[in-house]
Amino acid sequence: MRLFRFLRPKSSAPVARERLQILLEYERNLVNQTNLIAVLREEILAVVGRHVTIDPDKVQIRVDRSAELSIIAVGIQIPNETRMTAAAPA
Amino acid sequence: MGKVIVVTSGKGGVGKTTSTAALGAALARTGSTVVVVDFDVGLRNLDLVMGAERRVVFDLINVVQGDAKLSQALIRDKRIETLYLLPASQTRDKDALTEDGVASVISNLRTKFDWVICDSPAGIERGATLAMRYADEAVIVANPEVSSVRDSDRMVGLINSKTMKAELGEGMMKHLLITRFDPERASRGEMLNIRDVLEILSIPLLGIIPESEEVLRASNLGAPMTICGRNSAPSRAYFDAARRLAGEEVEMTIPTDRKSLFTKLFWRRAA
Repeated sequence: MRLFRFLRPKSSAPVARERLQILLEYERNLVNQTNLIAVLREEILAVVGRHVTIDPDKVQIRVDRSAELSIIAVGIQIPNETRMTAAAPA
Repeated sequence: MGKVIVVTSGKGGVGKTTSTAALGAALARTGSTVVVVDFDVGLRNLDLVMGAERRVVFDLINVVQGDAKLSQALIRDKRIETLYLLPASQTRDKDALTEDGVASVISNLRTKFDWVICDSPAGIERGATLAMRYADEAVIVANPEVSSVRDSDRMVGLINSKTMKAELGEGMMKHLLITRFDPERASRGEMLNIRDVLEILSIPLLGIIPESEEVLRASNLGAPMTICGRNSAPSRAYFDAARRLAGEEVEMTIPTDRKSLFTKLFWRRAA
């Protein structure tokens, strides 16, 4: 078979195509994920902020994706002097 | 009210400026009034490609900042009387562009011209985002090559999120213009073919501009492709693309300088 290799066209375009398809699928998800985080952040801030005074800069949201499941981790720092109330907003 | 088109790509050197000039001149040839606007503040080149580099007195920044009237900054083309250029500033930087300033210049141009064609700088920074901000439609220029296609995809994302149209929930019409295409290399599998690029990016095709020596010749002479080499392959491809941009149905072909059977065979397979 090797003998006839010179007869085959050297096709690099299919490689380019495949690499792009894989890469762009990944990158498009990445962008959507950043949007998801931004939306989650805003909505969680609004809900928690109704009951507790929080500093928007001290809220962290992370999405870990793996094959079987994804984890959304939300970390909110609350200063000790803040009083937490369970009362419904007026 | 005129239509505002942004010519963008993300990647540099793919042919934004050449395409802006060529599409602008082709549209102006039909009698429509056209202004081509250079948004590449600090690295302007549309003036050179249009052959108007020695006639620049005032620029976009002067108008944005109120130092000059729009009519003082507009340069009328010497060959086509309905074609105008609004040059970028060479000495300022892109931070001199303000969102409100650009909005007012664009809406002003919209009332005066049938077509406002904005030549975006490369990259995704201020100049590029402001060039697309108030556009009605986008022309994404891409070479059949991995980095250009990737960057084009990124631009699609930006157009879908950072433009006025996107924020109003209307969505912006996007057109793909493939430049520097070599049908023979594509048919040998050495270059991404049109079908591949379209499948990856999924944007409607505006035109295919073949790789050609004529493009360099036109920029050497300071004439848009569609003024200088009017019968050359890239020029014909730009004329077709301009007609499609104006809403005409034009059969998609890859014009060629050499009448090659190879090309025809290839195109039939890809279509």
